[in-house]
Amino acid sequence: MAGQSDPNLSLFSAEEVEFIAEDEMVEIVPNLRMDALNFICVPLWLAVALKKRGKCTIRPPLWMSVEKLTQVLEAERDSQRVFEQLPFHYVEISRLLFDHARDDIPDVYMVRSLVEDIRDVRFHKVETNLETLNERALALKINNLSAMEVNIVRPFIGRALQAFYKHDSPELIPDQERISDRRPQVANNAARRHLRR
Amino acid sequence: MASGSTAGTDDDYEALISTTDVELLKRVWRNEKAAPEILRFETALIQRTRGQIQLMEETIEEFSSSGIDPLTVSLYQMDLDRTQYLLRSYLRTRLQKIGKYMFHISNNPEVQNRLSEQEKGFAKRCTEDMERHLEESVLSKLPDNYRDILKQSIISEENDMVPEPQLDTFVVCKSRRFLGPFQLDGSDELLEMKPDDLCIIHYKSIKERVQEGEIDLV
Repeated sequence: MAGQSDPNLSLFSAEEVEFIAEDEMVEIVPNLRMDALNFICVPLWLAVALKKRGKCTIRPPLWMSVEKLTQVLEAERDSQRVFEQLPFHYVEISRLLFDHARDDIPDVYMVRSLVEDIRDVRFHKVETNLETLNERALALKINNLSAMEVNIVRPFIGRALQAFYKHDSPELIPDQERISDRRPQVANNAARRHLRR
Repeated sequence: MASGSTAGTDDDYEALISTTDVELLKRVWRNEKAAPEILRFETALIQRTRGQIQLMEETIEEFSSSGIDPLTVSLYQMDLDRTQYLLRSYLRTRLQKIGKYMFHISNNPEVQNRLSEQEKGFAKRCTEDMERHLEESVLSKLPDNYRDILKQSIISEENDMVPEPQLDTFVVCKSRRFLGPFQLDGSDELLEMKPDDLCIIHYKSIKERVQEGEIDLV
């Protein structure tokens, strides 16, 4: 049913993220009555539909080549905090192309394994960076994260930041010097008291 | 493009004339899904979309009866289905939010103005049904001081039985262009955003900008 994704998991279901990705433009080479060598730019959903009916071949986007992806993978591995520029919907686009247009991609197995490696490295990077969150942040900037990665990480980040915001609130602990005294505190049901002045 | 406000307006103008209604609908749908509260109903856009959907449906019927290539017909149909999905999902998400926050909405004229006429009717019926249901099944059986639907007890100062949308939820957002330093809600810190920066931030801090269309929720 439209609009019924489970809000406890994430705001958008994976299918909905894919739906959004399907509007990205790709090039196709139709083998219909049109000129065989005319490259046409169509939305991805249209390309996949035509491909399924054997009416065209899809030209894989430029970033989906073995060289480009190898470059990206190495750059990802080299840096701890920075995410490489990739198309926002690279996960969904590559998934759709692998599923429906495998024969149109040169070196498809290599490309596929590169994309999966990139996904792993990036996700691992997200996880390690999140571990360094240790104080109340009003805003967080993460550049170059892709749509699917955002969607997966959204509930966790939302709740983590929320928890930090609530529990690290300066109204609860008026003592400004608390930052140097981060020993674990014994749980106690009364409002937090300052331990030293 | 050089800096300055003229470049900004050029950008805007181009964006305005090249954005189709479907793209607008998609953007509005995403914002509505990601926002913790109900946003303003896009009456004009929805009306145009409905008109276009109807036109499409008639065109498709003509095509299929006039013997046009069934492949073309099915592609048009797919396009139509996608647009209909967006429209339905948009409306359903709003109904879900209304159902969740119905008492908050009925007590809050500012929020109520964000609803369409039919949604207002829906909200009204929801609250009436819910009130009656709670009265009959629970409230009439509670001791006298606790029978109000909006307050926990007579001595509550505010309507504390009314769930309200959490405006300080963290949301992921992208700006469409340079946003000069603006103040974050609840502190003196300033934040600036470049186009395509992904920020995770309190919904409260960017609420107006989302409505204005400067920031998109992702």
